[in-house]
Amino acid sequence: MKTSMTINGVAHSHDVEPRLLLVHFIRELAGLTGTHVGCDTSQCGACTIHLNGQAVKSCTMLAVQADGAQIATIEGMAKDGKLHPIQDAFWEKHGLQCGFCTPGMIMSAAQLLQRYPKPTEDQIRHQLEGNLCRCTGYHNIVKAIQYAAEKMPAK
Amino acid sequence: MATARLLGASIKRREDPRFITGKGHYTDDLKLSGMTYATFVRSPHAFAGIKKIDTSKALKHPGVVAVFTGKDMTGVNSLPCGWLLPDLKVPPHMPLASDAARYVGDPVAIVIAETQTAALDAAELVAVDWDVKPSVTRTDKAAAKGAPALHEVAPDNVAFRWQIGDAAATEAAFKSAAISVKKRIVNQRLVANALEPRACVARYEDATGDWTLWVTSQNPHVHRLLMTAFVLGIPEHKVRVIAPDVGGGFGSKIFLYNEETVCTWATKQIKRPIRWTANRRESFQTDCHGRDHVTDVELALSKEGKILGLRVKTTANLGSYLSTFAPAVPTYLYGTLLNGVYEMGAIHCEVTGVFTNTTPVDAYRGAGRPEAAYLIERIVDAGAAALKMDPAELRKKNFIPKFDSGYQTKVALTYDSGNYGAAFDKLLGMLDYKKFRSDQQGGRSSGKLLGVGFSTYIEACSIAPSKVVGSLGAQAGLWESGTVRVHPTGKVTVFTGSHSHGQGHETTFAQLVGDHLGIPMDDVEVVHGDTGIVPFGMGTYGSRSASVGGTALVMSMDKIKEKGKLIAAHLLEANAKDMEYVGGEFVVKGSPDKKIPFGQVALTAYVPHKYPDGVEPGLEATSFYDPSNFCFPFGAHACVVEVDQDTGHVKILRYLAVDDVGNVINPMIVDGMVHGGIAQGVAQALWEGAVYDEESGQLVTGSLMDYALPKADMLPMYETGRTETPTPVNPLGVKGAGETGTIASTPAVMNAVVDALSGLGVDHIEAMPLTAERVWKTIQAAKSKK
Repeated sequence: MKTSMTINGVAHSHDVEPRLLLVHFIRELAGLTGTHVGCDTSQCGACTIHLNGQAVKSCTMLAVQADGAQIATIEGMAKDGKLHPIQDAFWEKHGLQCGFCTPGMIMSAAQLLQRYPKPTEDQIRHQLEGNLCRCTGYHNIVKAIQYAAEKMPAK
Repeated sequence: MATARLLGASIKRREDPRFITGKGHYTDDLKLSGMTYATFVRSPHAFAGIKKIDTSKALKHPGVVAVFTGKDMTGVNSLPCGWLLPDLKVPPHMPLASDAARYVGDPVAIVIAETQTAALDAAELVAVDWDVKPSVTRTDKAAAKGAPALHEVAPDNVAFRWQIGDAAATEAAFKSAAISVKKRIVNQRLVANALEPRACVARYEDATGDWTLWVTSQNPHVHRLLMTAFVLGIPEHKVRVIAPDVGGGFGSKIFLYNEETVCTWATKQIKRPIRWTANRRESFQTDCHGRDHVTDVELALSKEGKILGLRVKTTANLGSYLSTFAPAVPTYLYGTLLNGVYEMGAIHCEVTGVFTNTTPVDAYRGAGRPEAAYLIERIVDAGAAALKMDPAELRKKNFIPKFDSGYQTKVALTYDSGNYGAAFDKLLGMLDYKKFRSDQQGGRSSGKLLGVGFSTYIEACSIAPSKVVGSLGAQAGLWESGTVRVHPTGKVTVFTGSHSHGQGHETTFAQLVGDHLGIPMDDVEVVHGDTGIVPFGMGTYGSRSASVGGTALVMSMDKIKEKGKLIAAHLLEANAKDMEYVGGEFVVKGSPDKKIPFGQVALTAYVPHKYPDGVEPGLEATSFYDPSNFCFPFGAHACVVEVDQDTGHVKILRYLAVDDVGNVINPMIVDGMVHGGIAQGVAQALWEGAVYDEESGQLVTGSLMDYALPKADMLPMYETGRTETPTPVNPLGVKGAGETGTIASTPAVMNAVVDALSGLGVDHIEAMPLTAERVWKTIQAAKSKK
């Protein structure tokens, strides 16, 4: 099935099997490998992207369901060579070690801060329930999101 | 040019920009022209003979390139076991099983196709005629009479019996003891669950006869050596193994596995590159598991609370086959740590390693040391309870006093340096222990169950020297390599045989080299993970990279400096013996204005016009460092919990850690590793556990829906502190920081929960994880006893 979507502002169109997952469209067909696959049961959140502005696990959707959608991935977060404040916060606060969960964490954190511009620690932890990290014990991820919240201009 | 001290600074990681922008290069990201995609046909049974495998339908499926079974892999040998204990039974472990499958997930065929989906579809069409047999998965039943035997070489399922310590002295200690306590301790099976699943891309190039294997490995040279020399019989020098960005290991990516071996063999058959990536179900079923001990432990105490003796009988589940380093984990990495941080009268430990129809068990973060620490810290608390003594007091009475070098334990090891009481005192201060006990009393009167648990642990890392570990059964050396290549412009590339998969070596090694050479760390590039460009190295596990890999780099830098002095002395018309290297400059001692910067010496080495006779051009050095001893980090952790009496739910109120890892290169990175380690150890105590169905041998906890990996809202912020006791073993004084958190935290949590329930008469809980159900049952049993 012909499936088209805009990813990070660039149009992508491919003929796909109906069973193709959105994450595989992004990784294999669009060649954007920053979005990762860490599980097969939608627990780990490494594949989190933004679909029409909503954080979504791209392994839970078929590519054909995203036909016509506006997608943002980790590769689209930095603008004009400048890191997004959440990316910068993860770097500043050592919110990553192996880096595998990081793209999904950052995409989830972006949605989190839209919902709660000044989140409490509990809100951060609760909102990150859908993203697993095996390296950091979450301590510095929480710190990074707190730091990003301080740095990001209130909307 | 003077630079600020780089060692000891919390410098942001240079690897992060690529990871936070999605530009990392993990194995599954790789796409080569002509790529094919593989999937494995695996046993759905715990134990079944293979009568026949029919691949004909799969081969006809559109898009299928090839299907191979074990029978096709002629001339291929067993995956090797790299640690041979005396009388160890070593059964064959073929890359594709062809006689029988011995655990759920055992691979029996590979299907290779033009697309991943075609491979998956075709794998469904491979028909295996199974002869299903009764299986055994339980550790305590594997060696029982009548248990199904997995291997001809081990009819009783016993792989080895091993012991350490002094049985007679221990027996005498128990006879003289005022009191003794005996407990059964089950250290459950865990799954490492690195977030990146295992993967490989194998490419054979027909025109040159070269292979390249990209693989999720913690030690690419070890992978190459084992695969080429032991299994496939192909020339080592024609195979390049690259471990690119690797998304976590925790031990599970040390070992040579079936899948990369089969893909490396198969790429030559089809003359096209092959990519295989595990899905999470395969990770659960086939990544080596960790722990899985059943132990009876006894502690003998004097009435004053001195530890007189420790007796340990452990059955260790090795799984279905011997993984690469499996026999070392429950023996030399476990029994030798049973002295803990205490003066002990006598120790005796017996371990029986058994085969079961389960995933092979090998090193998982800590590997043997968490099992030892858990055992000691739990039985010490049980001993304190039996003596009605405060567990902090009992620990203080028994700590080995501060020493700077050489404490001989009762179980073969010689500790390097330690100050155990100081770490514990610091912890008690952070905790405000007295206040906690008073809060606890106050809580009890209102039905609130508060508890604190301690863990004063020791850890052994940078396992060495090679000749000693060789005498104990290791089939490998345990040194590390480090090359320092100074370029003509004075910029430096270093090549380390260790491997980073989250540890931040690209940053810490650049700090180390920049600091030692007195040059900006931005002038230092760190290269690792590629057998094509890095000298043979042993890789990263056992918290060895800084202490062993870092020291190899220091040795190479020393050689660079010595050669630089010859060149500088010649340029300055001075005597090389009068030269010293200070802050990035070669200086004539006593004449601070007579000096030459590092960069000029580098250029001279490559443009040797004005050059000392007899000195080779170029400025590069390689060193191989084989440590004289292990390093022994230590520390003290405390966990404060509240247990809900009605539901059994455990809530962590505080988690405190004081770790002593020797000198620290980058405190931010060390703290990060401690955090992550704590999370994994806490998770063992409270949530994680691999469970097999006893009847069917199925792995019940085979997905992230069933195996409780901790989430952000299950864990607290950690309060960390540090003492620094440098090791005399290496010139950096660093000990190792990758595993302390995991080793320390599990007993701290368990002891906290037992402490919370102590008012109900609970002095021990046999098994983990401490799910609400298990804790609730413990509470009910204690109440019904009262």
